[in-house]
Amino acid sequence: MKRVNGRMAAVLWLGIAVVFLTAVTLFGWRVAESALMTDFSRKNLPPNGAYFFGTDWMGRDMFVRTVTGLSMSIRIGLLSAGVSSVLALFLGILAAIMGKTVDSVITWMIDLVMGIPHILLLILISYACGKGFRGVVVGVALTHWTSLARLIRGEVLQLKEALYVRTAQKLGVSRWEIAWKHMLPHLFPQFLVGLILMFPHAILHEASITFLGFGLSPEQPAIGIILSESMKYLAMGRWWLALFPGLFLVFTVSLFDMGGESLRKLLAPGSTHR
Amino acid sequence: MKEHLIFTGKKVVRMALLLFCVSAAAFILVSVSPVDPLQANVGQAALGSMSREQIEKLQEYWGAESPPVERFFNWAKDFFRGDMGISLLYRQPVSKVIGEKLQNSLWLMMIAWLSSGLMGFLLGVLAGFREGSILDRIMKGYSLVMVSTPAFWLALVLLMVFAVWLKVLPVGLSVPIGMEAGSVTVLDRIRHAVLPAVTLSITGIANITLHTREKMIDIMESDYVLFARARGESNWSIVKNHALRNVLLPAITLQFASVSEIFGGSVLVEQIFSYPGLGQAAVTAGMGSDVPLLLGITVVSAAFVFGGNLMANFLYRVIDPRIRRGGAWG
Repeated sequence: MKRVNGRMAAVLWLGIAVVFLTAVTLFGWRVAESALMTDFSRKNLPPNGAYFFGTDWMGRDMFVRTVTGLSMSIRIGLLSAGVSSVLALFLGILAAIMGKTVDSVITWMIDLVMGIPHILLLILISYACGKGFRGVVVGVALTHWTSLARLIRGEVLQLKEALYVRTAQKLGVSRWEIAWKHMLPHLFPQFLVGLILMFPHAILHEASITFLGFGLSPEQPAIGIILSESMKYLAMGRWWLALFPGLFLVFTVSLFDMGGESLRKLLAPGSTHR
Repeated sequence: MKEHLIFTGKKVVRMALLLFCVSAAAFILVSVSPVDPLQANVGQAALGSMSREQIEKLQEYWGAESPPVERFFNWAKDFFRGDMGISLLYRQPVSKVIGEKLQNSLWLMMIAWLSSGLMGFLLGVLAGFREGSILDRIMKGYSLVMVSTPAFWLALVLLMVFAVWLKVLPVGLSVPIGMEAGSVTVLDRIRHAVLPAVTLSITGIANITLHTREKMIDIMESDYVLFARARGESNWSIVKNHALRNVLLPAITLQFASVSEIFGGSVLVEQIFSYPGLGQAAVTAGMGSDVPLLLGITVVSAAFVFGGNLMANFLYRVIDPRIRRGGAWG
């Protein structure tokens, strides 16, 4: 049998990550109804054959709740990380090609956003949006673009010196056309990796802010809600309420990380021979 | 020397301007909020049973009157004089509330910051020194999992194990319940800070370990290390003379940048352990629409973050002779 090399392992990880995450998202979406179903004949059951993660004090199936919560987290993560990375791409390019003033304004904005601790800024934005779903999405989108924007700015600054870009400039092609036609294709791999590596942060921050009570409303089975509810029952020894949903969250987030890293390895030109 | 002063001056001015912008941004955010402080704190039922005058009085107390720009400049002017306003929930000057809470938090955050930085750096160097060794694999696996672990869940798990199950450490608060302030010993304080500090350190280590390890691997593959080996230098002297300084620079950047993360982590961890620190105050202020307190905390924490960056910049110049001679500032 052929030995599995680095690239094949990366493809494998990427595949596993994509399949698992899609499955969780779709499954969680489908069973969302039953996550809210209460049944007092089966309350406070520890994990067993029928209910893998046990049930809570209202007899709700914790497995279904966890998957639904994660599915929601993933969807919120996709939405906000998507918005945030497009923002990063746009501002990064803008800073690099529009001259000194624009550059210093955008760098200033990056410093500003990085200067306030993320959680605190999320609390502020969520407060500004009147809490709830919108606050979370806007908050996560507005706080996560900074490092990717920096990266893209640096990349574009380098690209500006490339021969083909300078030739295009001399030929009188406008800045926007150069950015669109000659730079964007070059930036795409980095953008994609940046986008995917942004998900884990987005999901974790969504969970954190919801946990603190600034995010999604308590009726929704979000992972942050599940964990903050479980806090009240910890002292009674209901360990499964907190343990399994959290483990599942960690697992999902690390899969995203693995997927992103694998993709980065695959896209890096130097890795062909590993 | 003159160069140093100019450098310092520029950085400090920039920091002050950034702080001003942070406070303005925070002020804009809280001003556009549709959250009605009266609804949030007094409640619909209580409002319904009040007379008009009472409601007006309350409105005045929670501040919903004059235009935002005017309010901002009034607030900024007072802030500059050291008067941060009165916290609406605690009914004390904001500066006093923050001072009290900061004492609790600072102690917690310093332990976490120092231990995670030192441990992370050490482990990163050890792991990167021999890529592929057992220690390296364990550290890599550990760090990768920890990067994905939310601090608040880890706090819950530790709480379950050590406070509920083993009953060796207290469940929360910074001092024992029902004890007079005078009779609280240092040992009590330490016992109450152990779990939160450990939680923060455990998650904080991961990032710095990963980066230090990567950098260390790069260095070990470099030509100058190969040459040093060929000269017959011992492992220790290679690490001491060739690797350490080079690894230290990125580690310092990360370590000082992590001030913001430690702060964020402490918000969550303090909430779980009901530790009466700055983070918990921030959450209380946000939930209860205590605008002056929220603004005060934002500015103070931003000052810490910028202060951290400033220190990192100075340390660079101490450690890296190339930067000290100038020229590297692009």
